[in-house]
This record gives sequence, C-alpha cells and structure tokens, in this order.
Amino acid sequence: MKPRITIVDYRIGNLGSIENMLKKLELNYCLGQTPGDIKKSEILILPGVGAFDQGIMNLHKFGLIDPLNEQILHKKTPILGLCLGMHLMTKGSEEGEKRGLGWFDTKAVRFQTDEKKRLKVPHMGWNDVNIREYDHLFRQGEDEHCYYFVHTYYVPIFNEALVLGTTWYGIEFASVIYKDNIFGVQFHPEKSHHFGMRLFRNFCQWACRA
Amino acid sequence: MKNRGLVKTIHFNNETYIGDPMNTIRIFNEKGVDELMLLNIDSNRFENQIDFGFLRELASECFMPLAYGGGIQRLSDIETIINLGIEKVVMNSALEENEDLLSLAAKAFGSQALIAALDIKKDWLGRFVATTHSGRQKSMFSPQKLAKRFERLGAGELLINDIDRDGTMQGYNLKLVNQIAMATDIPVIACGGAGTLEHIKQVIEDAKASAAGAGSLFVYHGQQKGILVNYPSRTTLKRLFEP
Repeated sequence: MKPRITIVDYRIGNLGSIENMLKKLELNYCLGQTPGDIKKSEILILPGVGAFDQGIMNLHKFGLIDPLNEQILHKKTPILGLCLGMHLMTKGSEEGEKRGLGWFDTKAVRFQTDEKKRLKVPHMGWNDVNIREYDHLFRQGEDEHCYYFVHTYYVPIFNEALVLGTTWYGIEFASVIYKDNIFGVQFHPEKSHHFGMRLFRNFCQWACRA
Repeated sequence: MKNRGLVKTIHFNNETYIGDPMNTIRIFNEKGVDELMLLNIDSNRFENQIDFGFLRELASECFMPLAYGGGIQRLSDIETIINLGIEKVVMNSALEENEDLLSLAAKAFGSQALIAALDIKKDWLGRFVATTHSGRQKSMFSPQKLAKRFERLGAGELLINDIDRDGTMQGYNLKLVNQIAMATDIPVIACGGAGTLEHIKQVIEDAKASAAGAGSLFVYHGQQKGILVNYPSRTTLKRLFEP
C-alpha cells in the first residue's frame, strides 16, 4: 500500500501545479487543512509562494503550528518544504518580522543587487544544484540536477553538515537543506519537469524507508 | 493558440495550423523545455472569451513554468489563471486601457507573475512603434517609454514581440531588443525572428536579452517547413553558450 502524502494547505499561493505533478506520478495525496489532517499525516509537503509573514500568520490562523511541531519534531514524519515553505522552516526572514518555525538555526536573507554583474532580482529561471550528499532526495548516477527557481530571499550556507545542495547566483547559497526527517528546497520541483518528478519520487522512496 | 488549436503566424497573420496544444505540451514536457508561453490570439477580439476550462486541462499536463496571454481584462482573470496552476500572465492591450491593472496585480500576485508584452512594428518612416490589439492599434507611448512604464508599474518581465520578424526565421532585431534591454532593469524576453540556435546566442550575448523565445524554430523542420515539434537538448544549449 502506497503511503499518503499530505500537502499542507494554509491558503497561500496555489497548489495546482503540485497536485498536477503528484497525479502524474500516481502518488497518493490529500490536502492538510486542519490540525486533525496534520496529525494523521504520513509524509508532508509544505509548499509556499508569497510573503514570509503572511505564510506564518496563515499557519497560525488555521492552528497548524503546534500539530506541525508535534508531527515533525516528535513523531519524525518526513517533510519537504518548497521555496517559501523552506524559509518558514528557519527562524525568520529579512522579508518579514515574524518568527519562523525554527527547525533550522538560520534566517533567509535578501539577494544584494550587484550593479556591475547586473544580476536581476528575483533570481528567476533554471539553475544547477551542486549536490553535496546523495541518498535522500538525490541518487548517485543521476545525470544532471537542474531546477526552476523564483525567489528574492535565500538561505545562506549556515551549517555545512545540514546543506545537501548549493546553487550559484552571484553568491553560493543553500538550495537544499536537511536535518533528520526535515528537507527544504529553494526551487520548484513541481515546475521542473523530469528533474522535479525524479525528486518527488526519491523523496517518497526515502520517506517510506525511513 | 486559436480556437483550441495551435497556430503559427507570420507578421501576426497568415496562421498555419500546427496541431493540438495538449499533444504539443506533452512533447515539450518530454523534451524538457525551459518555459512555455501560451498566447491566445482570438480571445482579445471579444470580451470574456478566456477559455478557462481548456486552460485548466492544459495546465494539468504542463510540468514546466507556464505563462498565458490573451484576453486578460481584469484582476479576477489573473486570479483565476493563477489558481489553475499557471504562474505567469502576459498582458498588453488591457494595460493600455486600464492604467491601474498592472500595479494592482503586482500588489496582489507579485511582479514575478506578470509579463508585460510590447508588440512592436516599424511605421512607414522606419521608426519602432508599440502597438496593442494584436498590432492593430498604435500605443500612445514609444517602445522605450512603454517599457519603462511597465517596469515602474510592477511588471516582472518584458516580452518583446517583433511583429515585423514574427514567423520570418531571419533572426531577431538585435537593435530593437538591445534598446529595450538597456532601458530597463527587469528581464527582457525577445521574441520574433528566431530561425537558428545561432540567432538565440546573438540575442542573448549581443543584444543582452535575458531570455529568447521562439515559435517557428521549435515547430518547423527543414527548408520546406514541415511540422515537427522539436527542442534542443540541454547539452546542445549549454554548448551554445560556452565561451
């Protein structure tokens, strides 16, 4: 029996693309909108497009913070945070004033616009991820790791041991972080066609083994 | 796209039927296309003609970034499109008629979701003019002024549609693209004229576009322009931009 993925639905951004890809992969999923849904979850995805404070406020509003902490920190349920979802897992962001979930001891910071190199912010488009460690989200022997990014804030390389992958955009930043059962990616696997499908598949496989 | 069919134009006219959009999206998924832009060219002649049902079907099969343009009139249209799982909208005519639409949309959805299109052609004196309504009306602004205005109002990207080069496969108008790329700080997508990968390299490296779009190049094959949906491999594209 396939485990069920719960997509945390805290009414921010849209979940259409993630649902479309999970359907294509024939993965079993449901939306997690209430504390009860989170408590029943086996594998979690924390999506997110939008502003940091709004994200945290919505998690509060729907009463999801305590059940998420319980599920992730005590029951060790595997979770994958996408983009803003990854930022919410840290202690905060320069984008807002609210406190994050604090699962990672770092904060998201803003890209500095560099006039000379003319790097455009937001960082938008396809970019490479340099993998530092395999076996969780990535596998040895996979040819390329290229993903679609859209973001203005990034997570710095705060702790070498917890960074699974890095990306270069004027500066090298942490594009994939992890700690035990918690994973965060800066990019959008749901918009990165076969690269993204492979990542979701790998995550689910790992989660089932764990 | 027109009447749920995929068409390719020349100078925004002379439509040639290419095929079924769903099937083409599936092929582009397989080929690993970077981004897809779907422009509906019959929708802006009537009001309320956005085919949301069909867009929903297309979005559910598209696993790469997708932008939609054509017939967008109001904020609620953008909201509906984004909720279908389409992350960017392309606007042109509506921005001329409704001054606030862009800034309100930027506030509501963020600039990263908004592409403002500049449909440009030369007038009889050879000057570049910006147009609306699929090239049928002249904008009240010059291309550069319009580009700056879109940027100021909150567009995240600019799409340059060169009507004179559309479908010709003779190469981008590098001068036009460069003028607009230099006038603004947001990414410029060049479109109109791509016939070879070398053209793409030129528009990125010489004209300083941030992205290159193409229609004919990716749906036609050979001198006879036989219909064959195609896309260069990642290796080919990487090699193209190696110094």
